[in-house]
Amino acid sequence: MTDETAVLSPSAVGPKRPAAEGGGRSGRDGRGQVWRSRRYRWDLRFSPYAFVAPFFLFFAAFGLFPLLYTGWAALHQVELTDPGSMTWVGLRNFTRLWDDEFFWNALRNTVTIGLLSTVPQLAIALGLAHLLNYRLRGSAFFRVAVLTPYATSVAAATLVFVLLFGRDYGMVNWALSALGFDAVDWQNGTFASQLAVSTIVIWRWTGYNALIYLAAMQAVPGELYESAALDGASRFQQFLHVTVPSLRPTIFFTCVVSTIGATQLFGEPLLFNGGAGATGGSDHQFQTLGLYLYEQGWVNLHLGRASAIAWAMFLILLLVAGAARLLRGRKDSR
Amino acid sequence: MRVRARARVRRTLVTTAAAVTTATLLLAGCAQDPDESPDQGAPATGTSGGAAQTTLTVGVFGAFGLQEAGLYDAYMAQNPGIRIEQTSIERNENYYPQLLTHLGTGSGLADIQAVEVNNIAEITATQADKLVDLAKAPGVDKAAYLPWKWAQGTAPAAKGGATVGLGTDIGPQGICYRKDLFEAAGLPSDRAAVGALWAGDWNKYLETGRTYKAKAGEGKAFVDSASGVMAAVTGSSAQRFYDDQGKVVYKTNPAVRGAFDLAATFATDGLSAKLQQFTPAWDQGFSNGNFATVSCPAWMLGYIQDKAGPAGKDKWDVAQAPKPSNWGGSFLVVPKAGKHAEEAAKLAAWLTAPAQQAKLFEKRGSFPSASAAYKLPSVSGAQHAYFGGAPIGEIFAKAAEGVPVTVVGPKDLVIAQNLADIGMLQVDQKGRSPQEGWEAAVKAIDNALDQ
Repeated sequence: MTDETAVLSPSAVGPKRPAAEGGGRSGRDGRGQVWRSRRYRWDLRFSPYAFVAPFFLFFAAFGLFPLLYTGWAALHQVELTDPGSMTWVGLRNFTRLWDDEFFWNALRNTVTIGLLSTVPQLAIALGLAHLLNYRLRGSAFFRVAVLTPYATSVAAATLVFVLLFGRDYGMVNWALSALGFDAVDWQNGTFASQLAVSTIVIWRWTGYNALIYLAAMQAVPGELYESAALDGASRFQQFLHVTVPSLRPTIFFTCVVSTIGATQLFGEPLLFNGGAGATGGSDHQFQTLGLYLYEQGWVNLHLGRASAIAWAMFLILLLVAGAARLLRGRKDSR
Repeated sequence: MRVRARARVRRTLVTTAAAVTTATLLLAGCAQDPDESPDQGAPATGTSGGAAQTTLTVGVFGAFGLQEAGLYDAYMAQNPGIRIEQTSIERNENYYPQLLTHLGTGSGLADIQAVEVNNIAEITATQADKLVDLAKAPGVDKAAYLPWKWAQGTAPAAKGGATVGLGTDIGPQGICYRKDLFEAAGLPSDRAAVGALWAGDWNKYLETGRTYKAKAGEGKAFVDSASGVMAAVTGSSAQRFYDDQGKVVYKTNPAVRGAFDLAATFATDGLSAKLQQFTPAWDQGFSNGNFATVSCPAWMLGYIQDKAGPAGKDKWDVAQAPKPSNWGGSFLVVPKAGKHAEEAAKLAAWLTAPAQQAKLFEKRGSFPSASAAYKLPSVSGAQHAYFGGAPIGEIFAKAAEGVPVTVVGPKDLVIAQNLADIGMLQVDQKGRSPQEGWEAAVKAIDNALDQ
């Protein structure tokens, strides 16, 4: 079979064929060799594409198509009771978001809960990583322990937190009253409920970020610390002037990932409502964009409106990413 | 109402209650099965003719109880050619959207699908053409059902008027109350006398609450939540959120606004424990006994028993509600796209026949929607040991027969949910005025109904 294929394109091979010492056999060998080297070149060139192809096929089917279809649905009025019939409404689903106070409320909540959770979370993670970076006895244990909350399911964690933050019999209020403070209605207060939801997020993700920071810290050359120590820098000064600058790309990465996570925040606020729907509290006080999207799509069954919210979330993320890039670019060029 | 699916899951516990009290009747009930097999079992086996097995699938949400009550096994024993498989999704919130998409594409459907009462109007209005008309299915007897339940499963005349849903259970309501707390407050504790306190008028229920509060003192609430009262009061009026023509009228319907304001008075007068139903705090409220009454559909008794625990035994009792009212219930529908629609219709008819509904009540506490079942001893004689041996069969049958033919609309669930979780909760838990709560609810509902 190799022979035949080679014969099909002899012109390219012919002249370059090394001088045959005689006989068809060696000629055959030569042809085979050329074919093999060509196949090798092709292999080098195209195999990687074949290897990554499955991912892109799956991405096209389960990532790209839903993304585009959601965009298409966002331009229609379509109900989950009859997903087949779509009425073209153009950009109406998007324009109405301007006047939708529930959307802006959800966006505001998403930003405040995002800030309330991301900032402390990354700060604590950085400090935690710094501590874990010391020579510790049983460091593996602490590293695993720090990651345990991340391995817990959102549902399980949130249900426990709901009990802890209970108004009448919650442990947090019990502790507060033991310290002489008034009990807080964690469900109903706007700030209180957002803080409570943020606490769940912080609890779950701090360890994860700490391990990422720790990995990056261990890549910082020890000489930097040695010379800093020789210059008389304290541990804290070393952290501030050696660790943090070396970690800048990692910090940027965790910021990006946390921002995406915060924008899509869904499970915690949904379950924090005690399984009583996607309203995010009686005043929508902790309804995030993800929750509002779910309410429109799967409670009110308005697929078109839900799709528009999904795309709005996507566009907001792109905007944030663009802004971050601009900021970073300016910093780098300095 | 949104919590119906959750409640269902917990209704498992009803089993214990019903089983304990009706253990002897249970045996009698089982013994009945062979008696009715000749008229229904025979034709079914006849059609399958002992040939290849037909597998019927049933899709339900939560712990629906059909399987747990042994109904599938009984049917398979009578019809050797039929095998029944059940798929269950825990929560109706996840089950229902999936059912809609499956109906839309005509694939992925079970031969029989369960539908919750709050979704049934949307199903009959928008999906009737995709479902089998069960009024004509063999073994279906319209006269056996409560008229209002039958009407709910029937599509509007404009949509063909087919009865696509056969009723399974319903949720007639009583008022569950704490005998010890009533006694402490100087109120009667006998269930007949308690029922007489508020018979016929929800306002008398409010008045009793005021009397209770005056004597019970601080820290003891009369009801669990204002929204619980609202659900009970709206459940007792014939017209709620839609009118006969299918127009949304909740905003102008005095029955709805009246129920809202009455329930809000419980909150503003400090009679409510300010809880949200089916949340962990509500559950704790039962075990801590910090409210004296809760309006309870039949399916909630097991839930209360579960949450109040052994310590609450002989403290709880159940009395007649001021007016007959319904909260919850389900239907079975048969999609046309199924491979065995004919056999499935037969099975759906059998599962919802009075004898089977009575068995479901015995074993699972789901109250029958087939009024013909109320005469069966397993229903009429049922007592609930945990609730002081209350004659629950009698109490709930009386309530069920008094429930008016309620007009149901496609977005009942969304409207009820926003009235409770936005409007009433703001009044109850955030201390807003009833007017503010109402306006917030209207705003949320308008946004939800706007396509």
